[in-house]
Amino acid sequence: MPLSLAIVVVALPLLMFLFLGLVGVKMGRKITGVIGVLAMLVDTVLAYGVALTYFFGSGQGQMVDGVRQAVVVANPAWLSFTDTLVVRMGVLVDPIAAMMLVVITTVSLMVHLYSLGYMSDHDGNAEKGFQRYYAFLALFTFSMLGLVVATNIFQIFIFFEMVGLSSYLLIGFYYSLPAANHANKKAFIVTRLADLFFLLGIMILSYYTNTFDFDKLVFGPTMSGSLETAQSAITTAGGATFLGCSVMAWALTFIFIGGAGKSAMYPLHIWLPDAMEGPTPVSALIHAATMVVAGVFLVARLFPLYVLVQGAMNIILVVGAFTAFYAAAIACTQSDIKRALAFSTISQIAFMMTSLAVSSNQNALIEIHEGYGLGYMASMFHLFTHAMFKALLFLCAGAIIHAVHSNENDKMHGLHKYMPITSICFLIGCLAIAGIPPFAGFWSKDEILVAAYQRGLGWGIWMSMVAGMTAFYMFRIYYLIFFWKKHEVHTHHAPKDQPWTMTLPLIILACISVVAGFVPFHDMVTWDGKELHTALDMKVAGTSVLIALLGIGLATVMYRKENPLPERMANAMRGLWTASYRRFYMDEFYQFITHKVIFQGICVPIAWFDRTIIDGFMNWMADATNSVSFGIRRLQSGSIQAYVYVYLLGALLLAAITMICVLL
Amino acid sequence: MDLTLFMYLIPSLIMFGCGVYGFITRKNMIAIMISLELMLNSVDINFVVFNRYLFPGQMDGMFFSLFAIAIAAAETALALAIIINVFRIAKNVDINQITKLKF
Amino acid sequence: MESVGNIILYFIVAIAIIVFSVLTVTTRKILRSATYLLFVLFATAIIYFQMDYQFLGAVQIAVYAGGILVLFVFAIMLTQQPGKEAEGLATHRRWLGLTAALAGVALCGYGLFSYAGFCGRLLSGGVDVNMERIGQFLLSTDKFGYLLPFEAISVLLLACIIGGVVIARRR
Repeated sequence: MPLSLAIVVVALPLLMFLFLGLVGVKMGRKITGVIGVLAMLVDTVLAYGVALTYFFGSGQGQMVDGVRQAVVVANPAWLSFTDTLVVRMGVLVDPIAAMMLVVITTVSLMVHLYSLGYMSDHDGNAEKGFQRYYAFLALFTFSMLGLVVATNIFQIFIFFEMVGLSSYLLIGFYYSLPAANHANKKAFIVTRLADLFFLLGIMILSYYTNTFDFDKLVFGPTMSGSLETAQSAITTAGGATFLGCSVMAWALTFIFIGGAGKSAMYPLHIWLPDAMEGPTPVSALIHAATMVVAGVFLVARLFPLYVLVQGAMNIILVVGAFTAFYAAAIACTQSDIKRALAFSTISQIAFMMTSLAVSSNQNALIEIHEGYGLGYMASMFHLFTHAMFKALLFLCAGAIIHAVHSNENDKMHGLHKYMPITSICFLIGCLAIAGIPPFAGFWSKDEILVAAYQRGLGWGIWMSMVAGMTAFYMFRIYYLIFFWKKHEVHTHHAPKDQPWTMTLPLIILACISVVAGFVPFHDMVTWDGKELHTALDMKVAGTSVLIALLGIGLATVMYRKENPLPERMANAMRGLWTASYRRFYMDEFYQFITHKVIFQGICVPIAWFDRTIIDGFMNWMADATNSVSFGIRRLQSGSIQAYVYVYLLGALLLAAITMICVLL
Repeated sequence: MDLTLFMYLIPSLIMFGCGVYGFITRKNMIAIMISLELMLNSVDINFVVFNRYLFPGQMDGMFFSLFAIAIAAAETALALAIIINVFRIAKNVDINQITKLKF
Repeated sequence: MESVGNIILYFIVAIAIIVFSVLTVTTRKILRSATYLLFVLFATAIIYFQMDYQFLGAVQIAVYAGGILVLFVFAIMLTQQPGKEAEGLATHRRWLGLTAALAGVALCGYGLFSYAGFCGRLLSGGVDVNMERIGQFLLSTDKFGYLLPFEAISVLLLACIIGGVVIARRR
């Protein structure tokens, strides 16, 4: 299968967006959804074909001397301003792009299929706006695919904005709900703010290195990640500094801020929990599996540059490690299951970020020891597995919400009896995220922990602790939904497993979550295209499994059956519990900053100045003109004879003056 | 007795004065047009006599009068067309009654 | 020294102009006003003849007296309302007009008397203004040629024709 089919993979969702968006309204709702699913199925098959050809095929330049190469399938110039300022729109297939193609199309296909059931009522009738929903899903899929195959950083930026836009549209899908509108505005504004930094970073980077293209920034002559290329790009930038740091450090930090906005790193994470106002399948696709990892992808794409610019990498490390802990701490107390999952997502993405950051061990640059670049591989591995099991968890949550019509877990409880399939799938997801072998999460998380321990014992212990918290909060949610106490039927019909359109994706994703850990990532996805030799580090693996089991055990003791223990513990640490439940007051903090400081302190005086002084002056001029003209309009009597009379007197006066002048 | 330039200017001046008086006092729009013609005519006379007395070798004044007559004809035709049209609408040619366009 | 006939003719013309001008603007009947205007125009034409501008005099009679005045008469006929022949004048308007006219006449007359040294000029022998010279001047592009104004006037007349048609058209 030719790799150039990647173009089709990217273009097909765009065509579907146009088709469904323009023609969909004329067709029935269901048929639109079915067309969307079928198109996505074709797209997925193609994407798998491309990925398999890339990884296991040969003869298309993907493998040279045992080094995996990026294959540029197409790279036409899109905007050509000057010789150096050329913006290209291309399609590039390299390990992470091929991996992302698989992730995106898989999850997207599952979500397309699932939405057939989810976006319908219990009688199977599709909701209002069904066509719009599918069109936006296709738009999102296109944007995300375009992002991962980008050949240059500007293309990434464009698609960054487009995924932000489709995210905005889908969060606000129920646009009649005020909460959805607030949430999509919040998401858009926060990510826009971050994207501003991203754009700044791009401008600085391209100004000093004279290029947008990755092949001049990070790809070596063999079109795989190369420190030499990155070094020469940095050398091109020269020793320019700003505020004591090199411009490259600034540029890369700004680019990371852009990625942090999309990937919901602290303190730009506030939009993600609110984004759960959107339909649950959307949360699964955009806010769990694909869009939120765009930031990780971005850093991974520029990985060689980050390796050489330690300052930026350290920021990523600190932010990532903190966010992982912070979000996990919040996830432990949330009562809204989607929000708990959202914080879990933030925590897991922070894992990936940290993993990327730890792999740039300064020592690794000097002595190339075994395991160099491990963090990069682990991060991508975790991205892959996380996308699968987090999509699974979200889709399960969607099935539950669809059944009980509530997001709050005190409306659930004891659903295991009613929804056994969902329960088992959710359990598989929980086991995967908790890191229990042989489920997917174990393998990827283990690699991350190994990388963290290689960086330093402190980082390793910290990340292990967060992994334990992960196990705890996931099983807390699981028990609170499916056990705890007998379910009280609130609605007139008892909750039950959902129709096959919704259950099938769950089962497929559960199967993937079980086996995804066995994908040989270490010789497929590495930063420099070379095979990485790893071995299961039994010490790390053993401790991490032990910690995960501890977390699960604690959750089992506390939440398996209804008991007063959680309440007692919450009371014992009331302050901490409340702070965590209120998400450590970050929203209140932003509210304070924006409302009290920016609005009241800056905007209100400016608005006052604008209205009173600027507008006031203009209004005064208008009023003055008005009143003067009202005063003198009597002169416009409409009597031509009066005009002539006045004119004549004026002429006579002039003549008299002239005469007097001549006389004198 | 000599016929000086002055002697031709006096009737012209009086004719002009009459035109002014008529223009300001008359109410009928056609009468106002007639007054206008008086004024134009007095100007024509001035052109001609100035030309004849002061620059006898040239013909500019005469040509100015010629063109003024042509323009006066055009202007009168148009003005009368307007007046008749106004009369059709307002049933009146009294200039004091037709004040719709003011303000 | 002018011939006596010329002087007599001048006085007749001057008195006619003054009297008929005054009558034109003071008579209450509009049709009479037009008639007096006709006399004024004829008198003007005589002045032109006296100045040896025969062509101009002929134009004056043909265009003014023959054309414009007929237009006036038609317009008067079309706008005349039965039983409303005379028009009254507002008194304050009359005084206003009178003062304006008198002030103008007085000022200009004073100016003529006091400042214009050329007012005492006598008629000197001029060039012969025949039709051929007029025609050549009108269509000449020399320094004293009038081709451009001539064309401009023709365009103006065309515009007036169109304007007149558009305005007078019954909608």
